[in-house]
Amino acid sequence: MTPTYYLLLSALLFSIGAVGVLVRRNAIVVFMCIELMLNAVNLTLVTFARINGSLDGQVIAFFVMVVAAAEVVVGLAIIMSIFRTRRTASVDDANLLKY
Amino acid sequence: MSNLAQAPVPQIEVPPIDYGAIAPLLIVLGAACVAVLVEAFLPRHQRWPAQVALSVVALGLAGLALGLYAGSSGPEGITTISDALAIDRPTLFLWGTLLALGLGSILLIADRSVEPGGAFIASAATRAAAGAGGGPGPIDDPDDRSYGSADQAPTMQTEVFPFTLFALGGMMAFCAANDLLTMFIALEVLSLPLYLMCGLARRRRLLSQEAAVKYFLLGAFASAFFLYGLALLYGYAGSVRFTDIAAAATGSGRSDALLLGGFALLVVGLMFKASVGPFHTWTPDVYQGAPTPVTAFMAACTKVAAFGGILRVLSVAFGDTRWEWRGVLWAIAIISMALGAVIGLTQTDVKRMVAYSSVAHAGFLLLGAMSITAQGISGTLFYLLAYGFNTLAIFGVISLVRDADGEATHLSQWAGLAKRSPVVAGVMAFLLLALAGIPLTSGFTSKFAVFSAALADGMAPLVIIALVASAVAAFFYVRVIVLMYFSEPAPDGPTVTVPGAFTTAAITLGVIITLLLGIVPTLALSWAGSGTFVG
Repeated sequence: MTPTYYLLLSALLFSIGAVGVLVRRNAIVVFMCIELMLNAVNLTLVTFARINGSLDGQVIAFFVMVVAAAEVVVGLAIIMSIFRTRRTASVDDANLLKY
Repeated sequence: MSNLAQAPVPQIEVPPIDYGAIAPLLIVLGAACVAVLVEAFLPRHQRWPAQVALSVVALGLAGLALGLYAGSSGPEGITTISDALAIDRPTLFLWGTLLALGLGSILLIADRSVEPGGAFIASAATRAAAGAGGGPGPIDDPDDRSYGSADQAPTMQTEVFPFTLFALGGMMAFCAANDLLTMFIALEVLSLPLYLMCGLARRRRLLSQEAAVKYFLLGAFASAFFLYGLALLYGYAGSVRFTDIAAAATGSGRSDALLLGGFALLVVGLMFKASVGPFHTWTPDVYQGAPTPVTAFMAACTKVAAFGGILRVLSVAFGDTRWEWRGVLWAIAIISMALGAVIGLTQTDVKRMVAYSSVAHAGFLLLGAMSITAQGISGTLFYLLAYGFNTLAIFGVISLVRDADGEATHLSQWAGLAKRSPVVAGVMAFLLLALAGIPLTSGFTSKFAVFSAALADGMAPLVIIALVASAVAAFFYVRVIVLMYFSEPAPDGPTVTVPGAFTTAAITLGVIITLLLGIVPTLALSWAGSGTFVG
């Protein structure tokens, strides 16, 4: 099986994540879609590492995982704090700042 | 397989590290770690003085280390930690700018006289819970001010100091990063603390939290794009190092779609951080919702770091392929200048107005960043220095005009301000004129440097559009000045707080540098032009 299929799969996953960020309303789900995008990038990286025959891509994937974990900590803290104030995690309800 | 198992494991050699060159970065990040420990182990009432002293001393030491290294090193740069960081003249210039702006921001953040107890909430969790039942609007419970012992002045969340130091360290690494992975890590190190700092305002909690959520979700979205661009460029070049990407671009067997697609996604991520239109949508909301000292820090330092990174990526990694991408950046620059200037006209909030002005300024900066010449690089660096101090001082002044609900940022509340406080109105008028680019201010010299570099590189149509955009933008700056000087103050208008020593120092620093760069720009210009990127 050629590695190209994995590239196509990861591009598909990345697009699904990007569309999800744009259409979903719940902040948690939006955030999960962003995680999907990051993991799609990981798949691309390891596939290219295989194609290029170098280990760099796999090492970068580890870095991405660590950064994604740190981002979860910060993101959930922020979403929690606005949820406590507003009792909702919908991104449509946060509409005080506009124009 | 048995061959593999028996072969001696190759030793990984530790790359040589030039500690003298990266000392400023290490000092700032080290101080950030110490600040976390201070936060954990000192009793509450001792934290504020300890954190302020630690931050100021750390920035001073980092500046000293930077000065010593810059004095002893030659104009050609070096790369260190197996080429992960490039320490060259532009890096040193940007580091100096960031440290000075960081010092000004720390002073604004540390101030407890303008807003009693500081602009930051004492405890984000409890205050958020206390406001759970209330609707939108300022949530202010006077009992909550008694934080720490009873005879102490009301205090604030001192976690903002380690956040600031971490963000500053990330920004310094971002401008020095010589490969895309280092750049990505630095991007996250600078962004994650900023997301949190946006949500820490003492007043108008809902606005502040909304700004934090918006900034976080959009920022994470943009960094995912940056990362996918990194992956595609890795596939194209087989390496994420800038020089390898540049070498691969001149002769690689892979399809150019990977190179151009990767570049496009990378640019989306970078432009988002620099708040260049059309990727600017977070900017006005976050500038308005965040506590004003944090807005000052974000507006000044993030812009410097992001454009430092953009400059390096464009000149080192993509300098040879510039004819293929320049058209796209032309379009982005035009959109950014037009959006910033036109939408800025309709704003009724001072902080949002400055936010749209920063979008227009990002377009001007892009002009310099696009012309991959020594003149373009030095012009952009000079522009960043001038713009950073100008914005820092503007947000410092904005934090002084207050009414019972906190800051009075609506434009109508600024009417007749000159009659209430001639000094503050005069300073604000000077800073707005500098943003507009009037001669004898830094705005004029920096715009001149960038536009002449763009003109020399054959971008005359873009320069004409930029001049029109600055003329349009000048209208809304002057409108504020007219409002301050030629209207009658409302009877229930805001008061101008007399600032404490910290805020006064930060504003004075910004004003003096804005004036000096306008009158005698030669010294700073020669620093900015003393060398080019390594690699």
